[in-house]
Amino acid sequence: MHPAFSVIFLTTLIGIGQGLFLALFTGQVYSLAQLLPAQESQNFYALGGFVALVFLAGGLLASFFHLGHPERAWRAVTQWRTSWLSREVIVLPVFMGLVFLYVLIHFFGWTQPLFTVSDALPVDLSLIVGFLASIAAFVLFLSTAMIYASLKFLKEWYTPLTVVNFTFLGLASGFMFAAAFSAYEGIDLVAFFGTWAVIFTLISAITRFASLIRNRNLRHNFNLSSAIGVRHQTIRQQTQGFMGGSFNTREFFHHKSPFFVNSMRRIFLVLVFLVPVALIVASYFMQSAFLPMVAFAVQYIGLMAERWYFFAEAKHPQNQYYQAIS
Amino acid sequence: MTQLALVIDLNVCVGCHACVTSCKQWNTSGWAGPLPDQRPYDEDPSGVFFNRVQTYEVGCYPNTETVHFPKSCLHCEDPPCVPVCPTGASYKREEDGIVLVDYDKCIGCKYCSWACPYGAREFDELGKVMKKCTLCVDRIYDKNLPEEERKPACVMACPTSARIFGDVHDADSEASRAIREQGGYQLQPEWGARPSNHYLPRRKQQIHISDDELVRADNPLRKEDEEPFDQQSETLDDVAW
Repeated sequence: MHPAFSVIFLTTLIGIGQGLFLALFTGQVYSLAQLLPAQESQNFYALGGFVALVFLAGGLLASFFHLGHPERAWRAVTQWRTSWLSREVIVLPVFMGLVFLYVLIHFFGWTQPLFTVSDALPVDLSLIVGFLASIAAFVLFLSTAMIYASLKFLKEWYTPLTVVNFTFLGLASGFMFAAAFSAYEGIDLVAFFGTWAVIFTLISAITRFASLIRNRNLRHNFNLSSAIGVRHQTIRQQTQGFMGGSFNTREFFHHKSPFFVNSMRRIFLVLVFLVPVALIVASYFMQSAFLPMVAFAVQYIGLMAERWYFFAEAKHPQNQYYQAIS
Repeated sequence: MTQLALVIDLNVCVGCHACVTSCKQWNTSGWAGPLPDQRPYDEDPSGVFFNRVQTYEVGCYPNTETVHFPKSCLHCEDPPCVPVCPTGASYKREEDGIVLVDYDKCIGCKYCSWACPYGAREFDELGKVMKKCTLCVDRIYDKNLPEEERKPACVMACPTSARIFGDVHDADSEASRAIREQGGYQLQPEWGARPSNHYLPRRKQQIHISDDELVRADNPLRKEDEEPFDQQSETLDDVAW
């Protein structure tokens, strides 16, 4: 497939937004259980939530550049019964709305407990909204990934690993940003978020590697013989029917050399997994506030390469029909 | 239920592209148009077509055969492009099974083209919407046209009658009969889309001879009735008619 930059930005940016929100809410739950010191509501949760919102809005903005008619985008909410894309279009604004509420609640400090569960767990408004938003975040991971994982003849994508990778890469980048954000704010949560960022990065390294191995061993059952239905071993296309280009020759192929594609794979394996983990570990020993920010930046660049490779790797069967010009 | 479709005879197609040009001519100026071109007389031309004719060479030289392969939307009975559309712009008509795009609802996200394993859809870079073969839905029901012209433009244009248009669910239609009797097949049935368009394979030519052609009924001498022969003196000319 041809990797479109709008979709690369959309999927990576909202992944960070979702991961960052889940990181903030995890921090809140931990401090509720008194495993972490409580944070000041306004500076940490409200500001962090706002940054998550900025990432989500950036992704949403990028997605509009993918559309031919962005002014009709509202129509995309209608087919949620059948289309994962429609489901994503619904869940993303719902999630953004919940995060916005979460930011408001923390900003105005409406965090007095509403009721207490079994004399131990004080439940306030932010906990309820945060819980709902967390569910929305995971549904959004599912919807975004299922857009690709539901296309059954794009075999590279047609696997649960697509959903797993989108989720864990989103969590890793989001927690990585939370670590960088805490480091920047000088809050004592760098080690907590950094540890989880490393854990999620390592898990996503395993699952992404698994999908790479799976896709390397894929055998495609389409060829020229099945494409035109002629049962003969030797078939050659003489002409695709036109001399110039067309939508079919542009949209479904990356037009890059195998060397370039392989280089992208190596680059993302180093930038997404190896370098950020090394930087976080180094920052843990050096007590550096700067390294987590570098780790996030490096991982995000790597993630763009990862998403580029994700699209480029998928071989669309329609390309069988467009192999020769004469 | 009706399912209109094309049956394309690969045994007969000569690859003249008449269906391609007549399709473009009809549809760019009709209900489904325009089908804009970019840089048509310049470097790297590009444009929207609903129908393409491709050419394949089968076999090893010198035992090769050229197969011309017209390719358009197959109007699948279970079209994978329709359920993925987020706006409902892509739809399959209940009454005749034609798969269409509502240009006023299409947001141009191209997801349907990803979901089509046959590459049947083409994006209009000018109108920013997805376009595809309509089976000339604006022709086949047009009461202003004479009955015999209510067929897709490609069918009308084909000089060798390689394209048969009809209802593939009606067992008595010309299309169904051709599929049944001449080994019509679907493209890549393994995807499960159940394409409605069928292709008739290459096959050995048959000569149709009726009984009255076997007997030279108009010969007053009725030579066939006579018993020849002196085998030694008979030449090829004596036995050839």
